[in-house]
Amino acid sequence: MSDFAQIIAIAKRELYLEIRNRGRWAGLFFFAFAVLLMVAFAAPSTSVLRANAGGVLWIGLLLASTRSLDQSYAVEMEDGALEGMVLWPVRPWSLYYGKALSNTLTLLAVAFALLPLVIGICDVSVRGSLSDVVLFTALGCAGLAAPGTLYGLITAKARGSSVLLPLLYFPLVVPVILSAARGTTLVFEGDPMGQSGSWLGLLWAFNALHWSLSGLLYGRIAEDA
Amino acid sequence: MKTDDASVVVHGLCRRFGRRWALSHVNLDLPQGAGVVVTGGNGSGKSTLLRCLATALRAHAGTMTMGGKAMWTHREQLRPHIGYMAHQNHLWMDLSAHENLSAWAGLGGQTVDAPALLEQVGLNAGRRDAVRTFSAGMKRRLAVARMLLRTPRLLLLDEPFSGLDAAGRTDVAKLFAALRAEGTTLVVATHLPQAVVTMVDRCVTLEEGRITSDEPFSGLSA
Amino acid sequence: MGALGLLTLVLGQYMGLFWSPPERMMGDVGRMLFTHVPAAWISLLAYTAAFFGALTYLFTSRRGADAFIVGCIEVGVLLNVLLLIEGSLFAKPTWGVWWTWDPRLTLSAVMLLTFVGVLTLRRAVSDPDTRASWTAIASIPAYMTIILTYYSVKWWKSLHQLQSSPETVDVSMTLVLRLNAVAYLLLAIWLIAERARVAYREAKAEMPPLPPVEKVT
Repeated sequence: MSDFAQIIAIAKRELYLEIRNRGRWAGLFFFAFAVLLMVAFAAPSTSVLRANAGGVLWIGLLLASTRSLDQSYAVEMEDGALEGMVLWPVRPWSLYYGKALSNTLTLLAVAFALLPLVIGICDVSVRGSLSDVVLFTALGCAGLAAPGTLYGLITAKARGSSVLLPLLYFPLVVPVILSAARGTTLVFEGDPMGQSGSWLGLLWAFNALHWSLSGLLYGRIAEDA
Repeated sequence: MKTDDASVVVHGLCRRFGRRWALSHVNLDLPQGAGVVVTGGNGSGKSTLLRCLATALRAHAGTMTMGGKAMWTHREQLRPHIGYMAHQNHLWMDLSAHENLSAWAGLGGQTVDAPALLEQVGLNAGRRDAVRTFSAGMKRRLAVARMLLRTPRLLLLDEPFSGLDAAGRTDVAKLFAALRAEGTTLVVATHLPQAVVTMVDRCVTLEEGRITSDEPFSGLSA
Repeated sequence: MGALGLLTLVLGQYMGLFWSPPERMMGDVGRMLFTHVPAAWISLLAYTAAFFGALTYLFTSRRGADAFIVGCIEVGVLLNVLLLIEGSLFAKPTWGVWWTWDPRLTLSAVMLLTFVGVLTLRRAVSDPDTRASWTAIASIPAYMTIILTYYSVKWWKSLHQLQSSPETVDVSMTLVLRLNAVAYLLLAIWLIAERARVAYREAKAEMPPLPPVEKVT
């Protein structure tokens, strides 16, 4: 079976599990929504929220991504399905890209559901183009999923995963959070100075780096026992 | 892989966990079509031996070859020819029995007549329910069905009868004996050697990671 | 090496405190730079060495490479903490605040968190081979992201001094800066070597010798 076919098979199965178990996706969405609300309560004024709407969205998505990664691996570790796939064998990079693709799409679904809420709660109007919003959202979600899929496996196999995943993962995705948050806010404001292009470039660079690097490194983790 | 190329030779195999050697200088010859039961007390190294043979664990010393090829180095090539039934069932708990089999078959580019396969292992009644709702015995039957998706040259079974009733044990033993009759090498680790009488003809005993006996097995208890 | 480094450091610090003239704009506060800047350079160098150690381990699986990675990361983290503390002490009189979201300060904080995460991961894994492998794997994206983090934070905000060059700095200051950098480098090399030696011995102690071929009764 070709690598591409295996990747699609793995992503399809994961997404099928997400769709079937609607409670999981809903849990992610409401968790992110709760974070949004907490940030809104903590903000001193609506003008601060408006100026940082992008940041509000991406904080919610970042925290939701840790839950999503934990859930994604809990399913695999529960009855040893991950080991079963490694020994089947499923090629490690197929396993990685299948899971990373599915994690990206799951996060995207949460992001698109959150966007109207962020726009409402932060009282922003989208002056920039909607396609730019979609692009930043897609690249940001992919940027979170790429290293997250690798580190999610590491922490699923190690002890103390609830603390370990954020500790390993959060510093690593600072470029994603900065780029996506700043870029999204700029697009909301209409990007009068034309700065969003640099942030987009950084997001592309981050994605290119981590989608290739994590795929190469995944096999060593998956096979380590 | 040619049928007569799947003989396994293990020499000087050592594997540790922390400071404890779980396997110490294990030597084992498994000609194609051999049927071996591995017995021994808890912690004797049975599961570790099977996991090494399955290429799930890397040995710390010694060699393992299959068809003349070093098993760890060529593991990607050899794994499609090795079936491994671990303590865990390697199932997705939120999928049904039917969906599990289709997913596993799909990963190998195969199609599967899931109802027929489930019928073989006595699971047709529950095929649409999530595996999470299954009893331990039902999960084990599904794990057996997963093993039957392919015809491996080397089949490693770690406590295959765990959770099964007497009828289940007989049915499962028949299925694996049939595979052995087709030329598959069987290695079974179990605390119930009497259940594998129809599957194997050799008994290897492990004690503290070392083989203490390797002799013909007729099912008569020691 | 350690003794030489210490001597050089004492000399460098003496010259920085008493010999070098005060900085034109910052006055005596500027003397902080003679220890702050070398800490920054050498911590980054230590992380870079850890990155190459990680690559070496992934290709060779040599226990010495893992010990080297541990030494480099721990020394890098130590210097990173020093850098942040010194940076704060410098920031207060210069900018009026203990902390600001300046690109280099932010990058330093992110670098520290990243590599503390790698050290925490080591604590969570009991098997020595797995621990070594995962440390190497975690170090690689960690290091490579530093470059992207640097640019992202630089574009985000900037308050930190633009990088000075020897052409814009008086030779008395350049000399002291370089002397202190050499001192930090010598001390770092010595500390890394000592820590790597200890880590190697600990790893060897964790791994028992092969059992005898015949069981001893």
